[in-house]
Formats: sequence, structure tokens, C-alpha cells
Amino acid sequence: MSTEVEHYLSLNEVSIAYDSKQVLSGISFSLQRGEIGCLLGPSGCGKTSLLRAIGGFEPLSGGRITLNNEVISQMQYTLAPEQRQIGMVFQDYALFPHLTVIENVKFGLHGLSQSESDTRSLYLLEQIGLMDKKAVMPHELSGGEQQRVALARALAPQPKLLLLDEPFSNLDVELRESLGEQVRALLKQTQTTAIMVTHDQHEAFAMADSIGVLNDGALLQWDSAYAIYHQPINAFVADFVGQGVMLNGEMVSTTEVQTTLGCFERKSIAATIDNIQPGDRVKVLIRPDDIIHQDSSELTAKVVARHFRGAEFLYHLELDNHERVLALVPSHHDHAINEKIGIRLEIDHVVVFK
Amino acid sequence: MVYFKRFSIWQLFLVLMSLPTTLALVGVLTAWLDIDLAVFGHLFEFVIPNAVLNTLGLVLCVAIVTSLIAVISAWLTTVCDFPGRAFFSWALILPMAIPGYVMAFALVGALEYTGSFQTYLRESISSSLILPDVYSFGGVVLALSLTLYPYTYLLVRNAFQTQGKQSLEVGQSLGLSVRQSFWRVSLPQARPWIVGGSLLVMMETLADFGTVAVFNYDTLTTTIYKSWFSLFSFQSALQIASLLLLFVIVVSLLERQSRHKQRFTNARNAVQARSRILLPSLQAYLACAFCGVIFFIGFLLPIGQLLLWAIPHLSSGLTDQFWRYMLGSFSLSLLAMTIITAFALLLAFAARTQNSYLANWSVKISTLGYALPGTVLAVGLLAPIAAIDHYLARLGFAAPILQGSIVVMLLAYSVRFMAVAFSPIENNLLRVTPSIDAASRSLSVSGLSMLWRVHFPMIRVGVLTAMVLVFVDVMKELPITLMTRPFGFNTLAVRIYELSSEGLWQRAALPALAIVLVGLIPVVILILRADKVQQ
Amino acid sequence: MKTDQLKTRFRSLLATILAGLLAACSAEQELEEATQAATADSLSDPIVVYSSRKQHLIQPVFEQFTQQTGIAVEYTTDKAGVLIERIKTEGQNTPADLLVTVDAGNLGYAAAEGIFQAINSAVINDTVAPHLRDEQDLWTGLSLRARTIVYSTERVKPEDLSTYQALGESQWQGRLCLRTSKKVYNQSLVAMLIAEQGEVKAEQTVAAWIANLAIDPTSNDTKVMQAIEAGQCDVGIVNTYYFGRLEAKNPDLPLALFWPNQSVADNSGVHVNVSGAGILKYSKNPAQARRLLDWLVSEQAQALFAGLNKEYPVISRGAIDRQVSAWGAFKQSPLPLSKAFQLQPAAVKLMDRVGYQ
Repeated sequence: MSTEVEHYLSLNEVSIAYDSKQVLSGISFSLQRGEIGCLLGPSGCGKTSLLRAIGGFEPLSGGRITLNNEVISQMQYTLAPEQRQIGMVFQDYALFPHLTVIENVKFGLHGLSQSESDTRSLYLLEQIGLMDKKAVMPHELSGGEQQRVALARALAPQPKLLLLDEPFSNLDVELRESLGEQVRALLKQTQTTAIMVTHDQHEAFAMADSIGVLNDGALLQWDSAYAIYHQPINAFVADFVGQGVMLNGEMVSTTEVQTTLGCFERKSIAATIDNIQPGDRVKVLIRPDDIIHQDSSELTAKVVARHFRGAEFLYHLELDNHERVLALVPSHHDHAINEKIGIRLEIDHVVVFK
Repeated sequence: MVYFKRFSIWQLFLVLMSLPTTLALVGVLTAWLDIDLAVFGHLFEFVIPNAVLNTLGLVLCVAIVTSLIAVISAWLTTVCDFPGRAFFSWALILPMAIPGYVMAFALVGALEYTGSFQTYLRESISSSLILPDVYSFGGVVLALSLTLYPYTYLLVRNAFQTQGKQSLEVGQSLGLSVRQSFWRVSLPQARPWIVGGSLLVMMETLADFGTVAVFNYDTLTTTIYKSWFSLFSFQSALQIASLLLLFVIVVSLLERQSRHKQRFTNARNAVQARSRILLPSLQAYLACAFCGVIFFIGFLLPIGQLLLWAIPHLSSGLTDQFWRYMLGSFSLSLLAMTIITAFALLLAFAARTQNSYLANWSVKISTLGYALPGTVLAVGLLAPIAAIDHYLARLGFAAPILQGSIVVMLLAYSVRFMAVAFSPIENNLLRVTPSIDAASRSLSVSGLSMLWRVHFPMIRVGVLTAMVLVFVDVMKELPITLMTRPFGFNTLAVRIYELSSEGLWQRAALPALAIVLVGLIPVVILILRADKVQQ
Repeated sequence: MKTDQLKTRFRSLLATILAGLLAACSAEQELEEATQAATADSLSDPIVVYSSRKQHLIQPVFEQFTQQTGIAVEYTTDKAGVLIERIKTEGQNTPADLLVTVDAGNLGYAAAEGIFQAINSAVINDTVAPHLRDEQDLWTGLSLRARTIVYSTERVKPEDLSTYQALGESQWQGRLCLRTSKKVYNQSLVAMLIAEQGEVKAEQTVAAWIANLAIDPTSNDTKVMQAIEAGQCDVGIVNTYYFGRLEAKNPDLPLALFWPNQSVADNSGVHVNVSGAGILKYSKNPAQARRLLDWLVSEQAQALFAGLNKEYPVISRGAIDRQVSAWGAFKQSPLPLSKAFQLQPAAVKLMDRVGYQ
């Protein structure tokens, strides 16, 4: 397994339409075996439809999906979900209410002897830490427990691919984070290729190797979490993923942009737009972590709002020309509103949009 | 024709399911090819306007009265607590086992001027005590409502039970009183069940002949018989039957429309004993009195009247033949119940998984038969079956093969009662969220295997309800049984018809009691099972 | 796999039910076979009868026929209109040989629909009065019933009664009870009125009846008599055998029958009707069917057939049931019964017009 690494799952120009209304168009991306992908986007962007299409629940109106070198969906052809060996974890968990926890986990195990399927399901219950609840009915479980059973049930038949539809959306925030890590660990341990759908970037960052941002039925960017954050491909992605503001700027040459906060050089400008000309007015993305608080700095800004976040403060700062930026500052730097504080820029990736 | 692209076995099934009803409908509609103006003109001038008004009035009143009885008593027995609640909870289903025509002649026998109950009141209370005339619009509505309200009651009770206390608590947490929660949360949530039940009630009322005949009340159905048997115009009879159909189609379209908005209510907590609302004493007495009155008029009174008639004829009535009728009725109902429920389950499942135009139409058509008067339906089916027999005869088979065989009987029953079995199953199936199907399929369990392993256990109460409704309905069914039964095969309903149509109520009372008794068996089983499943 | 489980369970359930059903059917068959075996000297096919006359009125008759001739009779019962429609639909494949039904209207309709063949029986031609048979020999009457006036012996003097028409006089205002116009017996009665006095006069008569009604038309004849007994009304029109049944149960019944239109000047008489039968055009067994009909008009069979239902025989020498003969003799309306069918639609429309429910 080396140079000829093939894409395990790949989507090629996938489109979906309901009653001639286009829901998704031209979606392409791919995953390697064992990779965890995440589809991120606001509600109604089509991410769940895309997930269902991969699961075989929606026919394609164009393009194709291949899994492990086999075409599973294309126009006029949809391999039935039950023949895909693609596991799925649903937003509402969809546990079978008439079956106990262990019966739920065993449900998808076919062609195994009794003892084999016992071993397999007990192993998974152990992994999710619910050995003591194996004979319990689903409605007696807490939300987080139901979620884990749903995961175990989906993983039990060792699916070729696991799909997770907003798996943590019904859980409280703390549970979300700890479960997210557990799930990722479990997926990595079982070397399961997975795609998760979410509207929550933190979930996406916590889980995914690759993230795709969708909006209005189009895949805007498919990249690593790092790249999505630091090199967003357009203003929507920049805005949707992470916090930040857009400062006005002007290109002074094809490689340099001038803003209130200074002049940045092109070599570090992300290649987000082409054919940029000197004199063009542009927007420059400034993330909170691009701005460092430094008392000694000449450059100052006025604190207009502040949010305490434990280890750090998120300050809303107003510049002299009334443009605003955000800054993350360690929380021992406690500044009052209207106080002027010194700042300095430390930008690795200058992102410029027209 | 996009939806024919991948013609699966399920689609074939859907087509086959709607085929018999379609044939019967086509038979009815082809009557329009030839209009007997003399008969039709007369009917339109003197009979139909009155019959239409009568029918509309009857259907509306029966729908309203049954809904009121059903909703109030279901609410009282599932959500509230009062002395006798546990008893009424199941006892109020019992009138369902009494066929409409039996209810009618028993009520008349008890309540008319010379009737046993009114005579008793006159003699024991006051000679001037005269009950309102039972031979009246009110009497017809009463008799029909009392036999039909259990259909709605069963469904609504199911709704309130599974709706759970959650919905009530949600209402209360939003500052609504129990009464307000009922009007604004529970009742709207139960609406599809109420509407579904009422639709069954309306169809049953439209197709009824036996009950209205006892009261000599003219409806569209009696007009069908009038033009057929009295004016000797079968054509006109079918034409009027198609008017009836039109009415049903409109109603059922409205029902489907109203249902679109109501899907997938997920039930977690059934109403538990401890969470029932204990009624204060005055209200508790009223609740008890309400249920008591319904139970008395709907069950005790007619049964008492039947007993009064039957006891003198007990020794002469309990012949070998009588036991054979009973066995015939019982096994026929059991067989029909099994087949029809199985088909209804498959139909509901196919409609759910296929979710296509074809499925929608198949459901609509195959559940229409309930509104056709049984006789019209049976004749409508007889024509295509006779045609097949003619064809077989030409091929050299000894004719007739299908006619008079139990196959035709069961076919006619399934056309007639598909709606009865379908409704509770579909209602329960609607509450299984689509993600359950998706989960099962993603675990490589689909088709019949999914139906058996996933859906069936989740909708057991619905299936059970369907089975009971069909069992009791087949037990009570008359016109189809009369026309399609094999030679020498008789049921209790046939026996009751033969005796009561000659005015021999006293002798008809014994088989009538037997029909109620046998019909009660599944009702009781249903109640016991459903309550167990609920827990 | 689980589906197999489902299948086997379903199969076993089905098998149980089928077994039960077959047991029910075969019990019936055994009975028939037993009677056949006991008497069988001829092993011909059974005669198949479609009958709108109810089981308890025909089964004893057929049983006796089988006993005497060894020919088995199979039958099914239903409403007349349904049976006729069924015979038409079945066409050449009909298993039936004979249609037995009540009322000349139904018999006439069946004849008009062309489902009968000529009976061609010398026995019937000799014994059954011509006005009780079809002019084309397509059906014959088998028993005779009169539709006559019944009155309260407590409140009505028989002298006050004279004719059907006279029930429309003002002295009966609020004292008359009638059965629903939906019943064929009333349709035939009105049809005869039309035949006798023309449509205009008949309509006046019926309208006058309706004006005199004490209560809404009842659903059956027995209710009419019960209403008279209870004092809700004083006179009514019923078929004789309904009166006979009530009288048999309660000999002290304060009701009596009155034979109207008996005066010599009156060219009509008591309205009579028949139950009757015809041989089907596509009968596989017309000779046997004729044999059954011939037997049915024999003196012995007539006594049974008419007696079971408190009716009159259709043959002149027939013995009349003792209870029935106690009601006295009467002059029948001489109109041929086949008129009833021809005028029945007109009668129904007439009754609709005057608001007779």
C-alpha cells in the first residue's frame, strides 16, 4: 500500500434534486481509508441530503459515488442501503424501542454464530462503557447512553463506512465534547472510515481529519481543519468557521495589501483570489488569534466589549478609524471597557477577499 | 412514468391489492353508459333529494355523536381517574360486538311504545311516562352511534394512551390548566385518530342498510335497493351507488389532507396509573354516570332485550345446526381476519417504503370498498369472477370454479374491510420515525425481514386492533356472506337475517346473542393484550 | 432466518383456521350425505335451488322431497333481486336449476330478464289456477297469501269495514297503520289497485290512506299489528300469515282479519299474491327441476309448503291448515298476478309521489 493509494470513498460531481428542484450540485470530495470527514454547514445547506445520498437513501440526479472501487450511486442507479454495508448513526439515535441494548447492537450482525455475535456485541458494549446496561431497554437510558448504543449498533457489523448525522446535537455541551473525543478514539481504534454531518464547528474540529463546508447546495471547500480555519476559500467559509472580522484594505502591489493595522506581504497571502491588481479594494480576514496583546505596542485599540472565557478574554476592540477587531487575550490581562490597550499583529496566513 | 422505472415485487403487490376494488368500481361506473331516464327522472324528482338530505344529516349526526362519546369516554378512562374507570375502560368497547341491525331491532324492541323497557317504565314508575318515539331520526342516530362509536373510541383511546402524560405536562408547564391542555394540546394531537375513526364511522353509516331499514329511514343506500328491487333497474342502483362513492372519495381526500400535517408523534411514556388525574367527587360521579349511561343503552339494554326474547326459545334454538352456524361464523371470521390483516399490514408497509404515486393510489383505491353497500360490492365483484369462470369453462374446466368458493368470499371481504384493518395499522406505523427504517436498512435488514423484526413489534397494538375490528366486522357482515357463501354454509348473521326479516325477532335473538358473545372474545383479548403491551 | 419463522408461524395459524372451517363445512356435508345415503336409490346430481324464501320455510320441504325421491336438493338463500342478478351474471355457468321466490313482482321480473325456461308441466297446468301462473308458463305459484285488512276487535266493528279504498275515508283519520312502501307486498297491492281502477283513482286512494296514518309507516307487518294491539291505531293491511303467526302465539289476540271488496257488485276481491318458482334457462337438470315442481304442487307437499308458513295452497284440492281455514273463505281478486310485475314500477312511483315512505 503505497504510491497507488486510491481514494476509498469518492464523490464525483454529485447532484441531488427533489421534484426538479436542485438541492445539491457538483459535489466532489474523497476520503482515504480510516479517515474521518465532516460536512459542516448551516441548516438547510443540503448536508444531510448528501449524507443520505451516500447512505443510499436519496438517488442522485447526477455524478457518482464510489466506495472501495465500487460505484454505489450514480444517475439511474442506487445500490440499496441494505446492500451497502454503510453504518449510520441518526440524530434521534433511532434505537429499536422493543429491543434491549444488546439486542439493538446485535441487530445488524448477520451470518455469525450465536457466540460470535455475543462476543462482538459485548466487545462493543465494553468499548462504549455500557456493559452493565446490556439488558436494559433503550428508553431507560440517558441521551448520551442512547447515543453510544446507536454508535455501537452501527459499528457492530464492521461497516465499510460510518455516517453520523448530527450525532451530538441532542446532547448538552459538556457531554458533546467528551463524547466527541470518545467517538473519535473509537473510530480510529476500529479504523473506521466515517463522515459526520454537523452545524457545529467545534464538533467538526474535534472529530474530523477533513472538513467540507457546504452552503446553498454547494461544497465550498474540502480541506483539513487547519486549512479551513486559516485559509478559508471565501468570505462565507471564513465567517462560518471560527470568529473573525474583515478589515478594509487596498492592494498596493500584486503582493502587498495595506490596512489600518499595517501592510502585509503577498508571500504569506493565501491564494484565495487570482488576478488581483494594485489599487483593488479588498477585505482582509483577521482572526482573534492573529491579534496579540502587547502593552508596549504603539498600536492601540479601545476595548468596547469583553467576554470572559476562563483562561482567556475575548475582547472586541475598536481601532482609530472605528473598524473593529477581536482579540483573544490570556485572562490575567484584565482591561476595562473604554481602556486603550496595545496590540500587535502576528499573521501567518493573510486571507484577502475581493 | 418515473415511478414505474424500477418495477419491484412491491409495486406488483400494490397493483394487485387495488385490482379487485378497481374491478368492482369499474363495474359500478360502467352503469353510466346507459341511463334509464324513466327511473332516474322519477328518482331525481321524488326520492333522491330527500335521500341525499337524509343521508347527509345522518352521516353528520352519527359522526358528531360518535366522536363526542368516543373522545369524552376515552379521555375519562385514560387520563382521569374515577370509580369504575378500569371497568368502563374496556366495557365501553363491548357494544362494537353488536351488529347494527341487531342493535336496531333490540333497541326498538325495548324502547318503542309497546317495548319491554318502556312498558316496564310505564308500569313501575308512571303510566304517563312516555319515551320519545324511537321510530325517529333520533332513534336511527342512536342505534348507529351506539354500535359505531367504539371504532373511534378504540383509536382515540390508543392516541391518548400513547400520547403520554408528556403532552399534558408540556401544556401544564406552559401555564395551561388541565382543561386548557385538553383543548390545546391533547385534542389536536389526537385529531388524526378522531378523524380516522370518524371516517370509518361515516363509511359504515353510508353503507348501512340493516339498521336504517328497521327504522324505515330513507337514505341513498335504501334508494339503491329501491331502484334495484322495486323499480327493477340495477343500472340506476349502480348509478346511485356511484354517487355514494363520490361522497366517500371527497371525505377520504379531506381526511388524507388533514393527516399530512400530522406525522411521527413519538410516544415514550404511556399514561401511568399514578399520573392519572383524580377527579373531585362531583365530577367523578358525572364521569361515572356518563360512562354508565352509554354502557347501559349501548350494551345492557339491547343484551337484556335479546335475553328476554331468547330465553323462551333456548331449548328449541340450541340445535346442532345452531352450533354449526356458530363454528362457521367463528372460523370464517378468524380466517378472514388473518388474511385481511396480513394484507393490510403489507399494504401499509408497502405504502410506507415505496412512498410513490402508485402506493398512494393503491391505498386510496383499496380502502374505498368499505363505503360500498356490501350487496353492490358483491355483485360488482361477481361479474369479473363470472367472466373468469366463463373463460375457464371454455378451457374445459367444470364450471363454476371460483363462484361459490370460499376464495370469492374472502376476496369480497378483503375489498370491503381493507380500510378497517388499514386504518389502525397505518396510524401506528406513522408513529415509527423514518430514521428507524433507515437504521434497519443501514444494518442490512430490509423488506419483509424489516417488517417482521422492526415494525411489527412496534405496532403490535395497531395490528391487534385491526384484527379485532375485522373479526367483528366479518362476523356481523351480511350481504356478501349471503351472496358468496358456498352451498349449505351458513353463519349466525345469515340466520339472524332470515329470521328477523320475517319479523321473528324472538327466534333471531339467540343467534344474535351468540354473535355478540363470539364477537366479544377477540375484543376482550385485544383489551388484555393492548394494556399489557402498553405497560 | 427470521422470515422463515414468520412463514412457519403464519402457515400453522392458517392451517388451524382452515381446519376449523373445513370441519364446519364438512359437518354440513356429512349431514347431507347421511340423508342421501339413507334414501338413495337414484344417485343423480342434486337439484340446486336459489331461494329468497327463507331456510326454515323450505328446508323441511326439500328434506321430505329427498326422502321420497332420493334426489338431493342443494340451496342457498338471498334477496330475490340479488339472486336474479347473480343468475344473470353467472349465465350459462350457473349451478342453479330453480329459482324460488316470493311475490309475483319478483317472478315477473325474473321472467322479463329471460332467466326462466318454459315449465311445460301437465301436472301444474292441471292443478294450479291459471291466474296464479305465468301466462307464458315461465313460473308457477307454489303458495298463496292474501294481503288483507286487520282490525282491533276492541275498537272496530267489522260492519264499518268494506273495501281497501274505504280505508281512505275520514272515519279512519288517525286510525290507520301501514307498512313501508319499500316492501314488495305493498307495491303489488298498489299495482293491483292501479290495474283495477286506473292510476288516477289509485293515487287518490293511496293519498287518502297516507292522510289517515296514525304513525309513520312501520318496517314490517308484525309492527302494524303490534301497534293496533297497543292502541296506537285501529286498522291496518297485512299478509295473512303474519297474522297467523301472531295468533298462534297468542290465541286471545284482540285482532281479527277482514276480507275486503267481497260484494258481488265489486269485480275485484281480496288481493292475493304467491310465492312461486321457475326453471332456469341454463339449468343443467331441467327434468329433475320439473320433477321437484310437480312434487311441490302435490297435495301432500302443498300442505307442508303452505302450512309451514300459514299460507293457502295453490291447488284447489289442497288441504288448508286448520288455523288458516278458521279465518273463513273469501273471494280473490281475479286479476292475473303477472299484472303485478308490469305495474310495479308505476306503483312505486305513485307511492313516492304521494309521500308514502
